[in-house]
Amino acid sequence: MADTAVQRVEGAGISGQRGFLRKTFVHNLPAKIAALPMIATVLIVFVGCTVWTIYYSFTNSKLLPTGKFVGFEQYERLFGTSRWNVSVTNLISYGAMSLVFTLVLGFLLAVLMDQKIRFESAFRTIMLYPFALSFIVTGLVWQWIMNPTLGLQTTIRNLGWTGFSFDWIANPRMVLFALLIAGLWQGVGFCMVLMLAGLRGVDDEIWKAARVDGIPTWRTYISIVLPMMRGVLVTAVVLIGSGIVRLYDLVVALTNGGPGISSEVPAKYVYNYMFSGGNIGQGLAAASMMLLTVVIIMIPWAYLEFGGKGRQS
Amino acid sequence: MSQTATMAGSAPDTAVGVEPRGPRPKPFFTPTKIIIYSVLVFFTLYFLFPLYVMVVTSFKTMPEIRFGNIFALPNQINFDAWIKAWTSACTGLTCEGLAPGFWNSVKITIPSTIVSIFIAAVNGYALINWRFKGSELFFAILIFGSFIPYQVFLYPLVMITREMGIFGTLQAVIIVHTIFGMPILTLLFRNYFGSLPQELFKAARVDGAGFWRIFFEIMLPMSLPIFVVALILQVTGIWNDFLFGVVFAGTKNLPMTVQLNNIVNSAQGTPEYNVNMAATVLTGLVPLIIYFVSGKLFVRGVAAGAVKG
Amino acid sequence: MKKFAVVAAMATALLGSTAVMAADLEVTHWWTSAGEAAAVAEFARVFEEQTGNHWVDSALAGSGTGANPVIISRIIGGDPMGATQMNTGRDAEELIQAGLIRDLTPIVEEMGGLDFYVDQSLLAPCTYDGKIYCFPVNIHSWDWLWLSTKAYETIGQPVPKDWNEYVASWPALEEAGILPFGLATGWPFSGIPGVLMSGLGGSDLVLAINRDKSADAVRGPEFRKVAEALDHLRSVISPDMMVPSFGDVGNQLLEGTAAGNIHGDWLQGDLQVAGGVPGVDYECLPALGLGDQLTGGGDSFYFPVLPEGTDPAVIQAQTDLAKILISPEAQLAFNLKKGSMPIRTDIDLSGANACMAKALKLLDNGLLPSGDFALSSDTQQQMQDLNTEFLDDDSITVDDYIERYASIIESAE
Repeated sequence: MADTAVQRVEGAGISGQRGFLRKTFVHNLPAKIAALPMIATVLIVFVGCTVWTIYYSFTNSKLLPTGKFVGFEQYERLFGTSRWNVSVTNLISYGAMSLVFTLVLGFLLAVLMDQKIRFESAFRTIMLYPFALSFIVTGLVWQWIMNPTLGLQTTIRNLGWTGFSFDWIANPRMVLFALLIAGLWQGVGFCMVLMLAGLRGVDDEIWKAARVDGIPTWRTYISIVLPMMRGVLVTAVVLIGSGIVRLYDLVVALTNGGPGISSEVPAKYVYNYMFSGGNIGQGLAAASMMLLTVVIIMIPWAYLEFGGKGRQS
Repeated sequence: MSQTATMAGSAPDTAVGVEPRGPRPKPFFTPTKIIIYSVLVFFTLYFLFPLYVMVVTSFKTMPEIRFGNIFALPNQINFDAWIKAWTSACTGLTCEGLAPGFWNSVKITIPSTIVSIFIAAVNGYALINWRFKGSELFFAILIFGSFIPYQVFLYPLVMITREMGIFGTLQAVIIVHTIFGMPILTLLFRNYFGSLPQELFKAARVDGAGFWRIFFEIMLPMSLPIFVVALILQVTGIWNDFLFGVVFAGTKNLPMTVQLNNIVNSAQGTPEYNVNMAATVLTGLVPLIIYFVSGKLFVRGVAAGAVKG
Repeated sequence: MKKFAVVAAMATALLGSTAVMAADLEVTHWWTSAGEAAAVAEFARVFEEQTGNHWVDSALAGSGTGANPVIISRIIGGDPMGATQMNTGRDAEELIQAGLIRDLTPIVEEMGGLDFYVDQSLLAPCTYDGKIYCFPVNIHSWDWLWLSTKAYETIGQPVPKDWNEYVASWPALEEAGILPFGLATGWPFSGIPGVLMSGLGGSDLVLAINRDKSADAVRGPEFRKVAEALDHLRSVISPDMMVPSFGDVGNQLLEGTAAGNIHGDWLQGDLQVAGGVPGVDYECLPALGLGDQLTGGGDSFYFPVLPEGTDPAVIQAQTDLAKILISPEAQLAFNLKKGSMPIRTDIDLSGANACMAKALKLLDNGLLPSGDFALSSDTQQQMQDLNTEFLDDDSITVDDYIERYASIIESAE
């Protein structure tokens, strides 16, 4: 058996498709056994819960998932609700900004940290520590700082700079930027650390070769090093992306969706209707829409990642 | 503040763009260095500012907070809020502060972190080195799972753990954290193992080493940096988790965040901001210490990883 | 007082036999602020003193998002608490249908009925198929207009006696740089329409909308007055003047930087903690000084069915607690601390302050069902969304508001 496994592993790319029933089970048996927890999680929890979510989104379930089938009623109500529509728009704007800024700032800071600077470990710790604090408190502190009557605005005005204005948190047009400031504060450090690990993983030879060829540093970073950090980038995007889609705690703590409904987000809608609203059907309809969106975004990625065979040597 | 912000925005271009020198040589006060340090210092201020507010506030008295400026230093250092947060802040009838929840959080975090990281490491290893039919599909679904809002899982998981007969026990909360840590951690380990030289693995296979032996003897010893990253992610996530701890861990194991949440989120009545802030910093201490300690390990680990080439 | 002593003696006699076998009973609730905790402590004290059992306190902050998911999960997960506070209203029906909530009817029968409830309508949300599944333990009302004495001193006008006088004073207040209406961000605004509804629209309107779910009533002239008042109110509120918590509004009133606020009776707890004296530092106008009835709802306790094999002593402790929560002694002690009204008036309430005394007088006229009592959480959540949006978005006209309000009521069950 060990011999077959060796051959299989050697020829991982070419082998495979021909399905002897025996081989589907015996082939790589220890790996399959080891992967059982993952397989169970995927099938029972992720696939199972997705099916569960979609199924009950078609019912009128209230406090418990026990309702009767009502067709698309929950969805009709969902799309007729301005709070939901505002939530979706907000998530798109916030998500785009947050993803871009986190990646760009994370990479930029990582590059700066990579310049053989002093106090690297101090800088790194300072940038990373916000990640250790819960969102509840992140929101609370930033709420204070940004509160027009308590925080920065008043302080600076009291210093004599009376024209100073920083009321983003109370301004429906700017409130998403207020969220962004707090969100970046929490998330950029970790992204920076990941990027830094990626940068450090790049072979010294590459740098030497680039310098011999006279390529400027910044171009080496962007056109040689960055493409080599694909793995790190995927990790960072998944981490940031899943954080954005699930964005909830920070909004609750910082703005609670306000002013008005101008900083509402979908996960908050799901949570409110499932638990405080006692309308599981409605919450799950909203959740199903979120899942659908994620699927639509992920299919091209999955195709790129797994569709073209043998990207990994 | 807006002035500094524009400066920070434009500085990096010049920093990296004009000066082609980059990482290697380093005389001391070059313009590049000055710009690099200014940008870093600017961001450092941004990152430290809220912590400053938290700490300063925690040392003030309530009247001082109510009428004072939130940035000002306290009139005198006052530890009352810290003592209260740790030993006597009330959550309902029990006025024991955060202290009793601390050990429960430890009890939840340690096994959950170990189990979730171990399982994810094995997953990543199996996915990259021992691919089997469907393994990529499972992985894709796993990543998809990381985008599902947590809240959706609550009732199904309650029912699953109830059927397993472990609802309200430590096992249940360990399983739940393992499930939710799995997507990101598996991705991390898969990428990391993929970046290791495949020759090592192949050589070991030729020598007849099996799945577990290669994992324990070859892969793990090379994986310190990624373990540190995984550790940071999991300790933070699990330590700060509120919902799963309080639902699944059972009444005997309520984590510290339950008390933090009670202290910070009291719906009615005037919040004691100084105690809130002290409680927050206290609750965050464990992840903070892990960061601080493992930061060094992280560098060493990464350095060790870089030597490999 | 004598009556009370007899009841207490009877209770002790009845429970005496179980006192020997002490049991631990876990109670979950979301009363976590200082004043609330002090009130719960009274329940716990009476329970422990009279039965010798032990009250194991599980407080969880935040009713809807903090505590509710946990409480429900634990009940359906088969790890129920001994007793729990839960949203009063129609939410628990499904738990009752699933057989997870204990039927309290036998206890009611043993006590000889619940006639002592000051208003039988309080029990409606606890009644399912003619059986009683929960006990309301207090009455809370949103219907209060709080006014700052100091603010009116500043502008040299007498403190208004009703809503209309108050509205008339807004221009003078604004001129003096005083906020006519102090408001905290978030949920506090969503309580206001109901108060305007009972104060300006009157009892019939409240019953038509909250009890009978009549969308026609919403579209009628009485409700239009309410919507217009709300529209007028939002014109003097601006988001950047809002404070983080309603306790801060209390401070604004005491300092005289804000002149008025509509908020539930629990605001008084904060005013008192901050040193305010009713009648001196602030005035309170129940039902906006116009109506003669209060809308109200209350907090209720449910008792989950405990798993098989539970120690009978614990089940007995559950029974004991159910009786004690609504007993005269516990009611008196609890509500004086909580700032709410007791569910029974056959007790000596001379300890009540000026505002509470006014409320008790109105209570004699019967209680109107408040929105949070008569409507499902789902409907309340929709209302809250609508109100929050209306406050902030001036493009939503009074007509839009009425129409959307009507359609929510139409779809309410």
